Amino acid sequence: MKRRDSLKAITLSSLGFAGLNPQISAAESIMPPDVKPVKIPGGRQKFEAERDAKLNADKFFTPHELKTVTVLGDIIIPADAKSGSASQAGTPAFIEFMMKDQPQWQTPMRGGLRWLDNVCTKRFGKKFADCLKAQQIEIVDEIAYPGKAKPEMSQGVAFFNMMRGFVATGFFTSQMGIKDLGYVGNTPNQWEGVPADVLKQYNLSYDE
Amino acid sequence: MDVPQIKKAAKVYDVVIVGSGAGGGMAAYQLSKAGATVCLLEAGGYFDPADPKYINQLKWAYESPRRGAGTTRAFGDFDAAWGGWEIEGEPYSAVKGTEFHWFRSRMLGGRTNHWGRISLRMGPDDFKRKSLTGIGEDWPLSYEDYAPYYDKVDDLIGVFGSKEGLRDAPDGRFLPPPKPRLHELMIKKAGKSIGVPVIPSRLSILTKPIHDRGGCFYCAQCGRACQAYADFSSSSVLCIPAVKTGRVTLINGAMAREVITDPKTGLATGVSYVDVPTMTEQSVMGKVVVLAASTCETARLLLNSKSARFQNGLANSSGVVGKYLNDSTGASRGAFIPALMDRKRYNEDGVGGAHVYSPWWLDNKKLDFPRGYHIEYGGGMGMPMYGFGFGMEGRNSIVPGRDGKPKAAGGYGADLKDDFRRFYGANIGMAGRGEPVPLESNYCEIDPNTVDKYGIPTLRFNYKWGEAEIKQAKHMQDTFEEIIHAMGGIALGKKPGPETNYGLEAPGKIIHEIGTARMGNDPKTSVLNKYSQAHDVKNLFVVDAAAFPSQGDKNVTWTILANSWRTSDYIIDQVKQKNI
Repeated sequence: MKRRDSLKAITLSSLGFAGLNPQISAAESIMPPDVKPVKIPGGRQKFEAERDAKLNADKFFTPHELKTVTVLGDIIIPADAKSGSASQAGTPAFIEFMMKDQPQWQTPMRGGLRWLDNVCTKRFGKKFADCLKAQQIEIVDEIAYPGKAKPEMSQGVAFFNMMRGFVATGFFTSQMGIKDLGYVGNTPNQWEGVPADVLKQYNLSYDE
Repeated sequence: MDVPQIKKAAKVYDVVIVGSGAGGGMAAYQLSKAGATVCLLEAGGYFDPADPKYINQLKWAYESPRRGAGTTRAFGDFDAAWGGWEIEGEPYSAVKGTEFHWFRSRMLGGRTNHWGRISLRMGPDDFKRKSLTGIGEDWPLSYEDYAPYYDKVDDLIGVFGSKEGLRDAPDGRFLPPPKPRLHELMIKKAGKSIGVPVIPSRLSILTKPIHDRGGCFYCAQCGRACQAYADFSSSSVLCIPAVKTGRVTLINGAMAREVITDPKTGLATGVSYVDVPTMTEQSVMGKVVVLAASTCETARLLLNSKSARFQNGLANSSGVVGKYLNDSTGASRGAFIPALMDRKRYNEDGVGGAHVYSPWWLDNKKLDFPRGYHIEYGGGMGMPMYGFGFGMEGRNSIVPGRDGKPKAAGGYGADLKDDFRRFYGANIGMAGRGEPVPLESNYCEIDPNTVDKYGIPTLRFNYKWGEAEIKQAKHMQDTFEEIIHAMGGIALGKKPGPETNYGLEAPGKIIHEIGTARMGNDPKTSVLNKYSQAHDVKNLFVVDAAAFPSQGDKNVTWTILANSWRTSDYIIDQVKQKNI
C-alpha cells in the first residue's frame, strides 16, 4: 500500500470510529489526507512554521541577480578593520528571504537590478556584475548620493536607497554586525543606571 | 436558540467566563479562589510564557529569518501576540468613509501577553467628564469606588512607579522604579526647561520579586512575554494560577457564538461556541455568565445573541450595545540627538518600555480641545532588528563627518559603515496617547452580509475622529517639537500637518478601545449598571473595557483589572444573598 493510500485508510477508519459524533466525522472528512508535518520551533505558531518552510523551499533570485546583489552589497558594506563584509555576514541570503516573505519588494528589487544592468550595458557594454570595479563604482557614485544625483538617475537613487537599507539591516542584525555595532544587551542583568563616567560626560546626575 | 445537533454538556458551572485577557483572567482568579466552579472559554490556544514551546525571549535578531520583521506578527516576529489586525478567516468591515482597525489576540491571556505594561489609574476627574466639561459621559462610580481595588491590584500583580501627589495621576502602591536611561535623563532635563513634567513610568514589571514570580532581569522584552513571570500577563499571573485551584475548567479553541438564554425567565443559561480544533458546535451551561471577550468581541457576542425575547440582541433594550466605541488617540514623532552620537557602549536594555513618561500637565479649559494626553518615550541602544539602517540617507548629512567636513547624504562603503556605528543609539521617539470624546455615532454593529469561517456574523465598524481629537493631535506635534528642540535635537521627517490630521493614528491602531456596553444608572442610555451587571439580564456581567463610559488618557488595563475584581466581589455577594 502506498503511503498516501494507507493515510486514506486511517482517515476512513477513524471516520467510522468517530461516527458516534456526526459533527466530528464531518469535520474530519474535510481535513486534507497527506499533510506533511512541519517541525514547529519554539515560539512559532504552526502556520508560521509551515509558511517559513515553504518560503525556504522557494527561490526568488536568479543566479545572476544573486551575484549582483552580492557585489552591490559588498560595495555598500565592505570588510574593514573591524568586521567583515555584507556577504560574509550572510546578507544576500537574508535579502532573498525577504523578497519571498514580503512580496511587495519583488518588483522594485527585480526591476531595480534590471535598471542597473541596463544602464551598465548602455555605458560599458556589460551587466553590472560583469563590469570592472572602477565601472561599478562610477555608476554607484551616481546613485548613492540623493542630493547630488542627476535627475535622469532618480530611479537608480530610489533603488539604491532601498538596497542600502536592506544591506544595512541584513548586516547589522547578523551576529557579525551586532558585534561590530557594540550592542551588549539581550542577557539577564541588573540595571543600575547610566555608568558614572557617562553621566559625567553629559553633565547629568540622578540627584536632580 | 435551540438547534437540535448541539450536544448539551450535563455539567452546570457556577460561572461561565468568555475570554481570558485582563478582565476574564481576573474574574476567573477571584471567583475560583472564592470557591466557585468556573468554565473559562478562550477562542485561541494555550499559552504559558515559561514553556519553551512558546518562548521568544532572549532570542537574537538573526534567529528570525526575517530578522524580527512584522510579517506575520504586527509588532515583530518575536512579539507574543498571536493574531493581529487581520486574522485569516475572521474578517470585519467598515462603512465607507470610516475606519476601524481591530486587533485581536487569540491565545490564553489575550492581548495582555504583549502589551506595554503601562499601568495607570484613572484620576478622579476622569470619572466625571460630563459634569466637569459638559461633553462626554459620567461614570456611575467615582475614583473612591475604585481606589481600594486599584490598591489590591497593585499588591497582587505588582507595578513600579513613584509617589508624585498628582491629582490627575493618582499614586499607587508602587515597587521601586528603574533609573532613567541616558536619553531619558536628557528628556527629563529638557521637559523641566519648558514645563513638561517627566516622571518615572508606571509599569507592571517586577523590579522586586513578589508572590512566587521572578524579578525583572532587564532584557527590555516584555512584549515577547516573560518566562520569569516578571511582568503582568493574564496567562501567567491570573489564568494559570486560577486553573491550579482545580475549580477552573479552561477550554481553549472555544470561539463563542452566542449567550444562551432561557426564553421563560430571560436569564442567561450558558454559552454556545465553536470548538475550533474539531469545528463542532458545543455549549456550556452556567448559573452566571461573565463576558470578557474584549470590547468589540463582547459587543458582537451580545448583538449575535438574538432570540424571540431579545430581538435586538442580548442586554440591548437601550440600543446602546456597540455604540460609544472609542480608542485612544495616538500621534508620534522621531528625532535625532547629535549629542548622542559616538556613544560609549553599555547595556541599557532596561525594562520593556520607557523608564519615564509625561502625565498630562495642562488645563484643557485654556486650550481649544477638551481632553488631555500623556507622552511615552523611546530610544536607546537596543538590539538592532529588521528596519535598522533604512533611511540613513535622510540623516547622515545633518552633521559633519569625523573629519569635521560636511557630508553628502547617503553614500556607501567604509565611510557609510562607520556612520551606522556613529548614529547607533542617537535616535529618540515620542508618542502621545490621548483621551477621545466617546460619541454615539462611533459604533460597531453586525454586518448584515458577512460571516466568519465559523459562520458567526461579523462586525461592521463606523468610526470617525472628531475635531476634539484632531486638535489634540496638533497640540501633541507642537509639544514634540518643543521637547526635541529643548534637547538640542533635530526632528526627523516632515512635521505632520492637517493633511494627515497631524499624524493622528487611525481608530483602533492604539488598541485601547472601550465603551461598547457602557455602564450607567439609566437603563435607557446604558447597558450595564454600576456593578457591570446587565440591566436586562441580572446573571450576565461584562468585565472587559466594553463596560467603560470613558477612558481618560490612562491605558485601561489597570482599570479593567480593578473593575473585574470589584464585579467578582459583587457576584460572590449576590450569590451569597441568593439574588442570582
